Amino acid sequence: MIELQDATKRVGNVIHIKPTSLTLQTGHFNVLLGATGSGKTSLIKMMAGLDPIASGKVFMDGQDVTRLNTQKRQISLVHQFFVNYPHMTVFDNIASPLRVAGMAKSEIEGRVEEAADLLQLRPMLHRRPHELSGGQQQRTALARAIAKESRAVFLDEPLANLDYKLREELREQLPDLFAGRGAVVVYATSEPEEALLLGGYTALMEDGRVTQFGPTADIYRNPENLAAARVFSDPPINVARITVSGAQAQLAGGGGWTVPEMADGEYMVAVRPHRVTPTRTSDADVELTGRVIVTELSGSDSSAHFRHGADDWVSLAAGVHPYQVGEDHSFYMNPAHCRYFGQDGQRVA
Amino acid sequence: MKKRSIIPILYIAFLMLPIYWLVAMSFKTTNEILSGFSLFPQTFTLENYITIFTDPTWYWGYINSIIYVTINTVLSVCVALPAAYAFSRYRFLGDKQLFFWLLTNRMAPAAVFALPFFQLYSSIHLFDTYLAVALAHTLFNVPLAVWILEGFMRGIPKELDETAYVDGYSFPRFFVTIFLPNIKAGVGVAAFFCFMFSWVEMLLAKTLTAVEAKPIAAVMTRTASSAGYELGLLAAAGTLTIIPGAIVIWFVRNYIARGFAMGRV
Repeated sequence: MIELQDATKRVGNVIHIKPTSLTLQTGHFNVLLGATGSGKTSLIKMMAGLDPIASGKVFMDGQDVTRLNTQKRQISLVHQFFVNYPHMTVFDNIASPLRVAGMAKSEIEGRVEEAADLLQLRPMLHRRPHELSGGQQQRTALARAIAKESRAVFLDEPLANLDYKLREELREQLPDLFAGRGAVVVYATSEPEEALLLGGYTALMEDGRVTQFGPTADIYRNPENLAAARVFSDPPINVARITVSGAQAQLAGGGGWTVPEMADGEYMVAVRPHRVTPTRTSDADVELTGRVIVTELSGSDSSAHFRHGADDWVSLAAGVHPYQVGEDHSFYMNPAHCRYFGQDGQRVA
Repeated sequence: MKKRSIIPILYIAFLMLPIYWLVAMSFKTTNEILSGFSLFPQTFTLENYITIFTDPTWYWGYINSIIYVTINTVLSVCVALPAAYAFSRYRFLGDKQLFFWLLTNRMAPAAVFALPFFQLYSSIHLFDTYLAVALAHTLFNVPLAVWILEGFMRGIPKELDETAYVDGYSFPRFFVTIFLPNIKAGVGVAAFFCFMFSWVEMLLAKTLTAVEAKPIAAVMTRTASSAGYELGLLAAAGTLTIIPGAIVIWFVRNYIARGFAMGRV
């Protein structure tokens, strides 16, 4: 278990991580999801003890490790760039943390071979890292992390520099590789899709703070703020301004429905594109009529961007639909899938 | 022979000409050298070399030089390694200024330092010792070595250090078993330049020694002035001084190309 208590990081006068509290459980696969520069790597380095903490505390398995050296934390770390010891063979690379820990020679061999088998590195054990492909180099780094008995494994965008096919292969393998090893797994990525595919828990990061943490599916279904709602959505989630009075919502461009309990005023409504369809799906559906601006056909799905009042909407539906660009079409949205946010972006209902 | 290889061949011929002349002279008698122009030694003699290898004042000049050059090279590289690591890995107040200031040490002529060194070493009984010359030369060689090593260290990503710490390496163990093997080219290049500077530097070496630690360069000039112009002997001594440099260049030739590519040599 890793626990951050109001931990912050500062470089000079610039605050890189704002006060952050986060508890990551042993055995869980935790994804840090955020754009480049949102503080994922900083947070990992703070937990790994590589970057000093300006204030707050870090605990590992209940022990205060805020001032403990990286060497003594019993952790593993895989970087985005393939980092191996260039002057050592693959075998020695995987064995190096075990040798430093003073493990017996026979046990080292067993562990290295086990890790090498899991990552299909056995034929390369006696080569040097620069003789391997990028994928094999990164697998070597992963094997080093697996062979070592660690309390926490940090994976900092380990697949970002691999080509598409290799990335998919390794991504499928990753959760299994670290399952049942009794370690906290922390995986940083900038791709929301990866977080969904990897499952487990997700901490959304934005501008040096964790904006929401929980099981990935929960975050998808119940985003706590507008930013979180926007993360898992491709095409982008629809966001429109509504006026609520007497439990009735009214869109600026026409269309109204009954909303859950909330005070009268201005709000934002967010609804995912696949919940806006060209055909009626239930009696509760709200009809939105708008002029189609762009249509896209991707295999079995068709999407349409249309203008409703002053807002741009996107509809994503299965099947091929005969949209005419420049003409008005009717779309249907079920209010049950709407999420409501205040002017500050925080979830209201 | 292709046309375009003529110019490089001419260039190399002109470069090699003085060296050839020196080597040819070393196998001639002084009389032959003084008697006029001859492309090859007319009376081939090893007398000059025999003199050098049998006369203690001569061969001790070489031994003295090799001793203080070696001390200086080891000292300079050992001092420069941690300094270069600090410059390449940490940012601290005035780091850029300090780095530049190190370099300015090299810009001052050695003669400027001859008098203060002479006076200082005389008063603390370091005068005419190997350590005196070795220490004096570090003034020029440490900045040079820091400059070269910093360039090589910068090429090693910081993530390598972090990976080693995560794997449990203590800093000294990381530095010796992980970091050094990866910058050995840089260490070779730095050592080469320290060696060469210390080997050819004459003014400080001459000023700071008298008998015990007299370098070969000093032996050469003093012999020339006391026993007339023994040109054959001097040529033989000159030829022998080229050899250590040539050997060292042979060992670091591949690394030097890399050093040039990194813009640090």
